[in-house]
Amino acid sequence: MSESVANAMNPADEAPLGPSGRDLFSKFDPLIAQRQALLDTGVKDPFSLVMEKVLSPTRAICNGKETILLGTYNYMGMTFDPDVIAAGKTALDEFGSGTTGSRVLNGTYVGHKAVEDALKDFYAMDHAMVFSTGYQANLGIISTIAGKDDYIVLDIDSHASIYDGCAMGDAQIVPFRHNDITALEKRLARIPAGAGKLVVLEGVYSMLGDIAPLKEMIAVSKAAGAMVLVDEAHSMGFIGPNGRGVAEAQGVMDDVDFIIGTFSKSVGTVGGFCVSNHPKFEILRLVCRPYVFTASLPPSVVATAATSVRKLMNVPEKRAHLWENSKRLHGGLKSLGFTLGTDEPQSAIIAVIMPDLEKGAAMWEALLAEGVYVNLARPPATPAGMTLLRCSLCAEHSEAEVGEILARFERAGRATGVIG
Amino acid sequence: MTDRDETFDKVAKLIEPFNKKGATLSDSTTFAGDLEWDSLVVMDFVANVEDEFDILITMNMQAEIETVGQLVDAIESLRNQG
Repeated sequence: MSESVANAMNPADEAPLGPSGRDLFSKFDPLIAQRQALLDTGVKDPFSLVMEKVLSPTRAICNGKETILLGTYNYMGMTFDPDVIAAGKTALDEFGSGTTGSRVLNGTYVGHKAVEDALKDFYAMDHAMVFSTGYQANLGIISTIAGKDDYIVLDIDSHASIYDGCAMGDAQIVPFRHNDITALEKRLARIPAGAGKLVVLEGVYSMLGDIAPLKEMIAVSKAAGAMVLVDEAHSMGFIGPNGRGVAEAQGVMDDVDFIIGTFSKSVGTVGGFCVSNHPKFEILRLVCRPYVFTASLPPSVVATAATSVRKLMNVPEKRAHLWENSKRLHGGLKSLGFTLGTDEPQSAIIAVIMPDLEKGAAMWEALLAEGVYVNLARPPATPAGMTLLRCSLCAEHSEAEVGEILARFERAGRATGVIG
Repeated sequence: MTDRDETFDKVAKLIEPFNKKGATLSDSTTFAGDLEWDSLVVMDFVANVEDEFDILITMNMQAEIETVGQLVDAIESLRNQG
């Protein structure tokens, strides 16, 4: 079946269930119709791009064309690091392609302990627990530590994995307005006395690339007797003096009870983790269902992760270059007349706000034709119903590449009428 | 005026800035259907209600509230607990 046939969907098509049956897929009809309307305008489907070949952390072949990658989370460019690749190959040879087992049964190899040791060293914390994905780390930790009668107070713009962790644990969920310290403080004060409280924050919010005022938020959380979990997925490796994230940059690491992170961004492979100094932390290995009831990461993955995490402990030049890239792209796009998600560059994510989904899809396609890949983000993933072109920079983008990206943005922006 | 009527009036005032269609408000007015609010409007409105009455309306509770009357009853019961 060709790709176009496989992707063709019509809300009028129904599964053959007879007159008394109801197609469970009917609930998706509005989305199918919206998607079809977008494709009918003639744009390519922005959510089904295939990379035919990956040349480096910053280059791939898409639709037969060499493309600058500006939408990956490969912030530190570790995916083709020779030491990382070599560690993975050795582990593949020595330990095989997979563990075929749970971490608590036959799925813990020396490599899994080694990457947890690397994380303890990286964060200077007592405990580290590695999950098969970052999504599962949030799902597992949040649902396990906050149960039915506990309260979770979270930023309204939190990642889906955080919301899903809240729902799975059946806790009382209290959202507050994005990055609003007073709103957080007020809500904490209204929680019944004696209830367990977990405040969930992110260091960098990945849609707009803005950072949280963690210092103030953690202070009000601690004053209210809450435990604090910070997701530092989008800050690891380049924010803070040791790359530990926004909490480190703001000097409040010691007040964070749990840090959630991922291997699928700066570390350059896949997997998730939680680090903590809680004295009873290790019990989570027995009670956390998304940790227990799934297969552990393959030996090659934990070997690449351990090598990458250790290398990320000492890369000041790469960090500095990534920040240079972020500042240059932000400043350049701003002076071209694009509307950006933040006034100043706060992370390696630069979000370009599009007037609507149609213009956003057209601009995305024009950029791809120019040879630049960015992420198109749309509601419900985005805040305030925005359509965004999310650019994420890599420490391996050269100065010349960033210049080329700006030139291509200018041409695509003028061609689509996004800028005048 | 009963306490419930008073709460209804306060809620009606908070709905006003978001009532773009000028829908008439009664206990049976629905937020999704009659007022046509999306999740972003709901979020702003709920935050305002929480601050007005100094209560928490958790997302768990929000899932059960579909009409203005149900919201007024939930506020009344939360205030009596406090």
